[in-house]
Amino acid sequence: MSILDPNSDAKNKLKIASLVEAEEAFLAKARTNANSVYFSQHHIEPAKPVKGDSSKGVDPLQRPQNRRHFLASVAVLASSSVAGRAIAQTTTPPEGKAPPGAVWRSVPEDATKIPGTAIGEDGGYGTRSQFETEVRWRFGTKTPLSSWSMTPLEHGVGIITPSGLHFERDHGGIATIDPATHKVFVHGMVKQPKKFSMLDVKRFPSISRILFIECSGNGLTEWSKPTLKTVQGTHGLVSTSEWTGVPLSTILNEVGVKSGAKWLLVEGGDAAVMTRSIPIDKAMKDCFLAYGQNGEAIRPEQGYPLRLIAPGYEGNTHIKWVRRIELSDKPFMTREETSKYTDLLPSGKAVQFSLIMDAKSVITRPSGEMTLSGPGFYEITGLAWSGRGRIKRVDVSTDGGRTWKPAGLQGPILPICQTRFRFPWVWDGKEAILQSRCVDETGYVQPTLGQLIEVRGLNGPIGSIYHLNAIQSWKVDTEGRVSNVHYY
Amino acid sequence: MFTTTKLFLQVTACGALFALNTYAVGADPVRYGFGEPASAHDLQDFVSSLPDGRDLPAGSGTISRGKQVYDEKCASCHGQKMEGGVGDRLLGGRGTLVNNDPKKAPVKTVESYWPYATTLFDYIKRAMPFYTPGSLTNDEVYSVTGYILSEANILKGDEPITAESLAKVAMPNRDGFIPDHRPDHFKPADKHPRLR
Repeated sequence: MSILDPNSDAKNKLKIASLVEAEEAFLAKARTNANSVYFSQHHIEPAKPVKGDSSKGVDPLQRPQNRRHFLASVAVLASSSVAGRAIAQTTTPPEGKAPPGAVWRSVPEDATKIPGTAIGEDGGYGTRSQFETEVRWRFGTKTPLSSWSMTPLEHGVGIITPSGLHFERDHGGIATIDPATHKVFVHGMVKQPKKFSMLDVKRFPSISRILFIECSGNGLTEWSKPTLKTVQGTHGLVSTSEWTGVPLSTILNEVGVKSGAKWLLVEGGDAAVMTRSIPIDKAMKDCFLAYGQNGEAIRPEQGYPLRLIAPGYEGNTHIKWVRRIELSDKPFMTREETSKYTDLLPSGKAVQFSLIMDAKSVITRPSGEMTLSGPGFYEITGLAWSGRGRIKRVDVSTDGGRTWKPAGLQGPILPICQTRFRFPWVWDGKEAILQSRCVDETGYVQPTLGQLIEVRGLNGPIGSIYHLNAIQSWKVDTEGRVSNVHYY
Repeated sequence: MFTTTKLFLQVTACGALFALNTYAVGADPVRYGFGEPASAHDLQDFVSSLPDGRDLPAGSGTISRGKQVYDEKCASCHGQKMEGGVGDRLLGGRGTLVNNDPKKAPVKTVESYWPYATTLFDYIKRAMPFYTPGSLTNDEVYSVTGYILSEANILKGDEPITAESLAKVAMPNRDGFIPDHRPDHFKPADKHPRLR
């Protein structure tokens, strides 16, 4: 029985190629949009040094004024702000066409001279500004029913991901489920198997937590060489929401856990009937069934009406559209926890149930494909998070890791939550390598890619696939162009 | 509505506070009485993939029936020879898992990588065929599971494929998995990094 060349790597190549293609399609559009951080400024005159000597820097309190050019430096504003504005005007979104999540309204010459839109015209549910265009973009699988879409981290401010931009990973499309008829069954090694309606679920005492969810495949293209160009591509499978729901311990107390039960299966009610096994200690400690996200009902693509939240665990365990929980003495060895979310090492052995997401950080601005338009002040900002607890510190390097300085952390610093860091930087116009490195409250230090490969090896072009949490490097060239590089 | 609730506080209010963080079998801190008992009828269609086969449904299949099912329902995505297409490749790859070459990918298939045959039944039963999931009968799923394992040279002979027989199948990579040993301990890296 001959099949294919056992060394065939066609599928992996196809996967990565389609990701590169999806990102390129997105970038092509973004480069022509003055609102995008990727707006192409190549036709703008090279920035001139500020007041003679740029190496002395500029007043760090003097910030760029033009919202259409986040990275437009004070130098450009000082020398060519008129030109910048003219370009921005010519690339305003075409009349009548609003981006996803927005409604087009005509733009008056002067909004102080004419009444605005009537209250209630939105039908009672607001939309974002028609000038804001950031979107998730999808990995170009052959079927859009099993795919993932990434959060545009480069546009994010603060720590909360807008619900409509929270990353997705779906294996059989987005299920449409009527909460009025939805039931959750809890059975197996329990004293009294039970079924709960959504009304039942919502009657239990509830909790809310702001938590990140990260797909353990986040960054899988980046093991052996820098592949995707933007932070959305390299890190966009992580997002943060406030989740509200009922602790699993409450539900399990309700059915009575039988002695000897050690694992539970959580099953989704989508076309993939997604399943994962969760250790019962974890379930009793801090897992919950969430029906709320950022103050409203959980979004359909996030598992409406009910999703498991397993704080700090890899995203795939956060089963969406939960319909069943079964308790057992052993893990269920589902397809996802045997053939998929396991980390194959060069030895041929694969690490299984590598559930916790280790500490990780990334600079989101400036990041790949942005352009610094001249020497001067820039705020370096990004996100840090750990599945093991709080972020204790983040250091930033602008010289590729030779020297490090502490970044400022924006509170609140919550456990298993993204933490925003900021670092003031005056770019001198020379080549720079920007990196961030976080430490969590357990003392875990985010590794370089070299350190990670030392312990994990490189079993193929995408290594062990999962759990790449290495330090990200962004190179700034002398023209101010930022690109994804490996530097360690 | 709330006043009609049968709210049993089995321990003190103090116990309720601990309910979020602790548990002890047989000492449930709070029971609210919400929800309905689930009957055997409610639960009869659920399938789980425990390797000992105890949650797999009744039924049996044959390899020859499995070939018919595969050709009709599976081949369009997984290929006539199970070489993969829109769907995953199912066969081959033995001997490729030990590999330290970043240019060469290991070939992870049912044959080379999956540790349990019960998982294959479970996954096909719940999620396949991709466009009509859950449409195969239990006998059809046993059959096509048997056919894939037979093409992978894992199952031989004409024995009927059942929950019991799948639990006994020795998958080639059965012992290929190790527990999570993280966290690794990293120290701040050396001072002489370079572009790679």
